[in-house]
Amino acid sequence: MEDLQTISIAQDQDIVTARAAARNLAKTLGFGMADQTRLATAVSELTRNILRYAKNGNCYIEEDSDDQVTAIKIVIEDQGPGIPDIELAMQDGYTSGSGLGAGLPGTKRLVHEFDIMSEPGHTRISIRMTSKKKRAQVERVRMVSGRRFQISGR
Amino acid sequence: MMIPILKLQHTLITSIQVELTDDDALDFQSEVLNKIRSTEAEGLVIDITALEVVDTYLARILNDTANMARLLGTETVICGMRPAVSLTLVEMGRQLIGVASALNLDQAMDKVAELISSRERGA
Repeated sequence: MEDLQTISIAQDQDIVTARAAARNLAKTLGFGMADQTRLATAVSELTRNILRYAKNGNCYIEEDSDDQVTAIKIVIEDQGPGIPDIELAMQDGYTSGSGLGAGLPGTKRLVHEFDIMSEPGHTRISIRMTSKKKRAQVERVRMVSGRRFQISGR
Repeated sequence: MMIPILKLQHTLITSIQVELTDDDALDFQSEVLNKIRSTEAEGLVIDITALEVVDTYLARILNDTANMARLLGTETVICGMRPAVSLTLVEMGRQLIGVASALNLDQAMDKVAELISSRERGA
């Protein structure tokens, strides 16, 4: 397993850093170009929300594979004011008025799992992208491509 | 973040080769608009071949830039969007990119010339 990466989000350069980290992990794990882009874009959207609404927070990126699937789990967390009405915020077409694009529902469509929890002082969004490619296959691909990775159970 | 903006005949050509932060994107927008004014260019082509991520923020900046350029009297074409980027934008929903677009720089130059001449005919 890859180590957990923690990226603190406090300025707009951090958005770029976080989405690049997500993309790199997706690439390393053998996800296709479309999934790499979806995941990076989702991270971009969610970390920008942190800057916009909470000023700062954290983005945690880690591999979450098992025997059946290759997966990446990303948690985006802040101690901001929280989302007043999650159901409303998750409705298609809803924007908070700052005129953003696709909002949370658009972001949700990019990933396979999307969990959101929000209360005043704590918002936590967890996303997961999976690939049916089994871990063993991915390992083989890694060996073939001649790149070295540390593969150790945690 | 300095993005070169070149003028070829009546058209400004610019290629975004680096990942832009939100502030970079806004700076780029105002540089483009200033350049349009100082050069009196009739067309603007923005190449985004190198962009691996176009999120809703950048999509909006690109749209806004095209609309602002049009207010100045300049036609905009975006070119070189990666397939995975277009897929992602459409999946996120809505019409995130409403600006004229082309596959590559070659076709973008043709398209911008077309837009300029059709505007002149219309006027």
